[in-house]
Amino acid sequence: MTSAPNKSPTTTGKTRTPAARARITAVTSGKGGVGKTFVSVNLAAALARQGRRVLVLDADLGLANLDVMLDLAPKITLHDVFTGKSSLEDAILPAPGGFSALLAGSGMVEYSRMTPEVRDQLLKVIDTVAPRYDHVILDTGAGISDVVLYAVSLADEVLVVVTPEPTSMTDAYATIKVLAATQSRSLVKVVVNQTRRHGEGRAVCLQLQQVVDRFVNVGRSAPVRLDLMGQVPLDIAVRDSVLRRQLLMEALPGSPAALAVAAVATRLLD
Amino acid sequence: MQLDTALQLLRQSGHGLPEGTPGSDAWLQSLIDSLVDMSSRDALTGLANRRSFELALAREIDRVARAGEPALLLALDIDHFKRVNDTYGHASGDVVLKAVASALLDCVRPMDLVARVGGEEFAIVMPNCPATFGETVAERVRRRIEAMPVSIGLSQQIQVSVSIGGAFAPQWVRSSPALWIERADIQLYRAKAEGRNRVCLEPSAVSVVSAEEKALLFGISQFQDIE
Repeated sequence: MTSAPNKSPTTTGKTRTPAARARITAVTSGKGGVGKTFVSVNLAAALARQGRRVLVLDADLGLANLDVMLDLAPKITLHDVFTGKSSLEDAILPAPGGFSALLAGSGMVEYSRMTPEVRDQLLKVIDTVAPRYDHVILDTGAGISDVVLYAVSLADEVLVVVTPEPTSMTDAYATIKVLAATQSRSLVKVVVNQTRRHGEGRAVCLQLQQVVDRFVNVGRSAPVRLDLMGQVPLDIAVRDSVLRRQLLMEALPGSPAALAVAAVATRLLD
Repeated sequence: MQLDTALQLLRQSGHGLPEGTPGSDAWLQSLIDSLVDMSSRDALTGLANRRSFELALAREIDRVARAGEPALLLALDIDHFKRVNDTYGHASGDVVLKAVASALLDCVRPMDLVARVGGEEFAIVMPNCPATFGETVAERVRRRIEAMPVSIGLSQQIQVSVSIGGAFAPQWVRSSPALWIERADIQLYRAKAEGRNRVCLEPSAVSVVSAEEKALLFGISQFQDIE
């Protein structure tokens, strides 16, 4: 698997500076329906526009949404890779927006519980793709299942998508709490989606930080810090693009939401 | 150069001298083995020391992350140990430490690691311990110590108790020994604060958001009317 022929052994001294291994970002949310996949794919497109090689991996095993969002009807999915029916190379699809996508497919329902097999397969897939990209985005499932927690644990950074609604904020907080309790993660990046006014993203993030400080950070040697990557305004263009099954970043790159996601991408690379 | 010191240390710790012809490979190997064993144990109680405990913890985390077997870490502290030392003297304190150490060894499985990690602090790493058993095994340890009279001096017996805090390693997840210890310690402080001689395990439902948390999350925000 690793014995793919290398281009030339003479490049030793001139290895390209762009990371030898992709930065892995897990996108998660707690609650479903807050725009997690929307953020994942448009972030990928925005990063691709900035010249990065990006792969989005549907880590929402069993409940894949990525194919719908990207209007891709994959013949080959992660399921085929897991079962050995297909090579990983064949399962990686070019997505609109200039990035690659690795879809789970609906045959993955059996993987919605974590087993040693799923863990090994997922780890293997990520280890294989990581050296080929600059950025790998793991679009994780909603909720706080062991699959989600595992996927997040494989990532270099975690990005929590939250909307300014009580249910979303509660679930985002619960997710942050579980991540703090189970993984030594002290930095959580946050995107506030569907904001209605300027500054609302900051308010939501501060509010979450306040509760984290009070209930999660007590007695912790490495307090959990939330870092706001930006807010994405409620924008009719988002609904339009989703209904037309087009990538917002492609269809309406000048829309307020698209510009906001692009700003998040820039911030993420800082 | 320091060979004499090494041999002296081994003799003093009851390890016996290396076997074979002095200076031979086998002899040196045996010497190294004994030194390794010595440096991984606590001199007073013979339990694993802090150093080997942390190694074991890292190994266990690796196993939990790979195989998903649940593992429990218990942090134990002898209650009011200072009082024992102050009242009966340090020699008696040492007797108590040894008695507790041997009782702990006595009430866990051979695969569990019992360590002395500080003055009167102990820790037990329990691999493959299902979450539903946590309370029972920790409680068994607590009761064992509580029911054990320690003889100090000729005709004097004293009773000690332990406070126990526990936390499970997160299955499938790469965590760190430091965080796992911290989580067990937080529960130990809770056990102490709640009156000692008791077991506090980290609640497994960390994902539940309490009314207090919700109140703070929404209390002074624009969501007051909604919640």
